[in-house]
Amino acid sequence: MDTRIHFGTESPDMSGIHQWLAGDGDAGAVVLFTGHVRDEAGQVSGLVLEHYPQMAEAETLRILEQAQARWPLLRAWVQHRVETIRPGELIVLVGVASEHRQAAFEAAAFVMDFLKTRVPIWKKTLSADGATWVSARHRDELAAARWQPEED
Amino acid sequence: MQLEILFFASFRERLGVSGQQLTVTEEVATVAQLRAWLVARHPDWESVLGEGERVMTAVNQTLAGDDDVLSEGDEVAFFPPVTGG
Repeated sequence: MDTRIHFGTESPDMSGIHQWLAGDGDAGAVVLFTGHVRDEAGQVSGLVLEHYPQMAEAETLRILEQAQARWPLLRAWVQHRVETIRPGELIVLVGVASEHRQAAFEAAAFVMDFLKTRVPIWKKTLSADGATWVSARHRDELAAARWQPEED
Repeated sequence: MQLEILFFASFRERLGVSGQQLTVTEEVATVAQLRAWLVARHPDWESVLGEGERVMTAVNQTLAGDDDVLSEGDEVAFFPPVTGG
């Protein structure tokens, strides 16, 4: 599996990433997920994201390696933006390529679920009331837990 | 034992420190013992690092548990549950 991991302020080059994932004939399926800032009916004017740079990359790579151990993946691209992001803008991109769609769909969901619960990134919401750190949600923990083996 | 301690996000803001080099005494061998030692030295850190608070820990940029053993020169990061994605 070939991987690309990037944390930074810039927006991803969607068509370039899509083309890289599609490759030149080995992949029958590409799943490309993007997550965006919601404005919560006008209440939120943006997000500020902080991360722990070296660890965020290392942990993302560990998640991709775990995904590769479960599904036959050809390529994976994870890109996460940091600092200030406005409503509608992209926060995160997870793209995976595989021979068949089921592996690509499942692996993309797996990577997102663990990215949300294990990779050291924190969001602060900007609104008329000021800046507030977002609390971790139990449902994200449950989403990641569904991938654990039964014996755990 | 010398350690580098890091704090991120709301922990960094609440403690007013992003990181520091520390020399810890011999009774500090594990992550949980380091947490308790820090709170004993800084009672005002209890609301962030005290027992029962939701704290994630990483040792040398790998998620760690309370019983993980620390070594000379380790980078130990404390942070709130992550909220990326």
